[in-house]
Amino acid sequence: MAYTASPPLDATTAATEWKPPDRGTVGIASFIVAETALFAIFVAAYLFYLGKSLNGPYPRDVLTVPVTATICLLSSSGTIVMAERALQRHQTGPFRLWWMLTTALAAIFLVMTGMEWWKLIRHDHLTVSTNCFGSTYYGLVGLHASHVIVGLFFLTLVLLVSFRGFPITTQERRIKLLSWYWHFVDAVWVVVFTVVYVIGR
Amino acid sequence: MASVSHHLDVPESQPESSLSGNMYRWVSTVDHKRLGLLYAMAALLFFVIGGTQATLMRMQLAVPNNHLISPAMYNRLFTMHGTTMVFLVGMPLLAGFANYLVPLMIGARDMAFPRLNAFGFWVFLFGGLLLYYSYIGGGALYGSGSAPDVGWFANAPLTENAFSRGTSTDYWSLGILVSGLGSVASAINVIATVFSMRCPGMTLARMPIFVWLMLVDSWMILIALPPLSAAQIMLTLDRHVGARFFDTQAGGSALLWQHFFWIFGHPEVYILIFPAFGTVSEVIPVFSRKPIFGRQAVVAAAVAIGFISTSVWAHHMFAVGLSSVTNTFFAASTLLIAIPTGIKVFNWIATMYGGKLRFEVPMLFCCAFLFQFVVAGLTGVMLGVAPFNFQLHDSYFVVGHFHFTLVGGFIFGMFAGIYYWFPKATGRMLGQQAGRWHFWLFCIGFNLTFLPMHVMGFLGMPRRIYTYAPGRGWEVWNMMASIGVAFQIVGLLFFFYNVIRSLRSGPLAGDDPWDAWTLEWSTTSPPPEYNFETIPVVRSSRPLWDLKHPNDPDWRYG
Ligand code: HEM
Repeated sequence: MAYTASPPLDATTAATEWKPPDRGTVGIASFIVAETALFAIFVAAYLFYLGKSLNGPYPRDVLTVPVTATICLLSSSGTIVMAERALQRHQTGPFRLWWMLTTALAAIFLVMTGMEWWKLIRHDHLTVSTNCFGSTYYGLVGLHASHVIVGLFFLTLVLLVSFRGFPITTQERRIKLLSWYWHFVDAVWVVVFTVVYVIGR
Repeated sequence: MASVSHHLDVPESQPESSLSGNMYRWVSTVDHKRLGLLYAMAALLFFVIGGTQATLMRMQLAVPNNHLISPAMYNRLFTMHGTTMVFLVGMPLLAGFANYLVPLMIGARDMAFPRLNAFGFWVFLFGGLLLYYSYIGGGALYGSGSAPDVGWFANAPLTENAFSRGTSTDYWSLGILVSGLGSVASAINVIATVFSMRCPGMTLARMPIFVWLMLVDSWMILIALPPLSAAQIMLTLDRHVGARFFDTQAGGSALLWQHFFWIFGHPEVYILIFPAFGTVSEVIPVFSRKPIFGRQAVVAAAVAIGFISTSVWAHHMFAVGLSSVTNTFFAASTLLIAIPTGIKVFNWIATMYGGKLRFEVPMLFCCAFLFQFVVAGLTGVMLGVAPFNFQLHDSYFVVGHFHFTLVGGFIFGMFAGIYYWFPKATGRMLGQQAGRWHFWLFCIGFNLTFLPMHVMGFLGMPRRIYTYAPGRGWEVWNMMASIGVAFQIVGLLFFFYNVIRSLRSGPLAGDDPWDAWTLEWSTTSPPPEYNFETIPVVRSSRPLWDLKHPNDPDWRYG
């Protein structure tokens, strides 16, 4: 047929003002929606089983509010923004500094979660199979911690390549996507914190 | 701007037509068209497997007191059949159509993330194979090698260690978890493609309805599949590290599993029907020679269904004994969702009304779709009325209802799509004559199988029974249902014969055999790897109409 070469269907509507959104941004936003749905179910399970455990230990007996860890994680959202700003100004030095700080804060959070779990398991004898509280607690907090681990992996990766001399300033877009993920992990912690340590106690 | 995306990197040294070269090209491809075809081929393969399981079940049920199949094997058959058809036929067929068509329809050269796309396919296939490996590796109470037998919704606490020994249930939960990952990946990809890769002038308002529906569909996948994954993670924790989520003996809740499963499960059935809606919305206008009636209404209704579908799940749980307030809410939302669905049906009929109808094979499938989907919708509304549901819950009425949506709606819609787009994908037409045989045999067989099931339900026959005693008036209906399967099988044989013959010697299709209006028909059949030589620019929702009728283009009226 005639239009094998698929000519421009209308040359007068020039492509001048056609600027669809960046695919990475749409992609990560969609990913975050899916992740939110995943967390929502774990949160729902936690709330559903509040006070339904048949045997102890119960939340109010064993949980202590993780103040330091929370401060670390939440402030890492701020430091990653600072890192991004430095990147926009093409300042590799400050970028590395802020990024290192972010990575360190994430690592501290993870270590403190580990210590909390250590205490719960060793001292309070609360494991995932002790009761419904144990299952839902380790399920929800563990799901979040696993997201922190993934985040930490990518944070470290960026840190390594930037110190190995990779021109990190070319990766502004990808860094932005990573920081969206990181903000999401932080925001989830706000929810987890509220549900587990405020409402749940 | 739609950017030139990554292309298939085939080493130049690969000989053009050697078998290994060809295999290599298919296995390593990141081209959306090849991946789309891979999805469709995998889905057809699993369709044959799931169909074989269905045939075995119908053979067993044809006469009362039959001993062809043991009760334990029957349990595995319906579990594997339901799981296969939903997750390994429905989801990949949907992903295949979306992958193949969305970029072509919006004038893009590939999906937004071609490699993620390939990842999605292979992960899905691995999940499917993992599920089927259970036939070999799934140890169960009675010796080794057994498939899951807990039903496609795997109700707790049946799935807990106490009742489901061995590993077969783990194959169910991990196989579907893994293949669900692929579905989410491809949904993310479709959304990013639709938003970011449209050609100049392709505003959301001008986008083909199929693309719109796949966009809403992907949205539903994003919010519906992760809950299933979450529940499956919990179930796996229960089974392997002794968690208590659904362990009723330790304070866990069986009800919670049902909520979680159906929070996924009900949107899922809309997820499955949407590609059929989309296909029908493309095919009916072309074969009626009229633009679709009430374009905005079709799209708005789809968005409405997308929203309401997230709040109807507990209509699968009326018989559980939820509070009457809960039942009332979910009955109301279920009846509510019938409204946008009904709007669509009126749109399709109004499109045909006064049109110059051409009853080619794709159109035949669409007509049957219309009739059967309305029947399915009506029985659905009946089941949505909670007191009626109490009577017929878990009966063959339900089996008849959902097969009318899934086979009569989804499968018929997809066959319309296959006959319609096969020429585009392969460059060759499917045979008319064989297509008509396929249609009539499949249609008659389908109705013969599933219409009687409604009666069986009224006569009190429960679902998931492996045999029944004579003398309850069920015999004749069961026999009819089983005979219908034979018709369907012969119809499908015509289909496969048709496909193979056309691939080898079918008449050449040309670029635009149906005189259609959407962008995929503006390029060659099959399209080149880069889809479009120059990125098209569009000014209306029927760009090819504009091209063919320069004196009377659509955009003059819009
Ligand atoms: C085309 C021919 C088909 C036939 C003859 C057929 C037949 C059957 C039969 C006999 C059962 C078992 C009923 C029972 O004992 O409770 C069944 C269950 C089921 N079928 Fe089909 N089926 C067909 C296609 C499909 C398709 C295309 C889908 C989905 C896309 C599907 C989804 C299901 C589901 C979800 C179940 C429920 C399984 C369960 O109870 O766990 N079927 N089908």
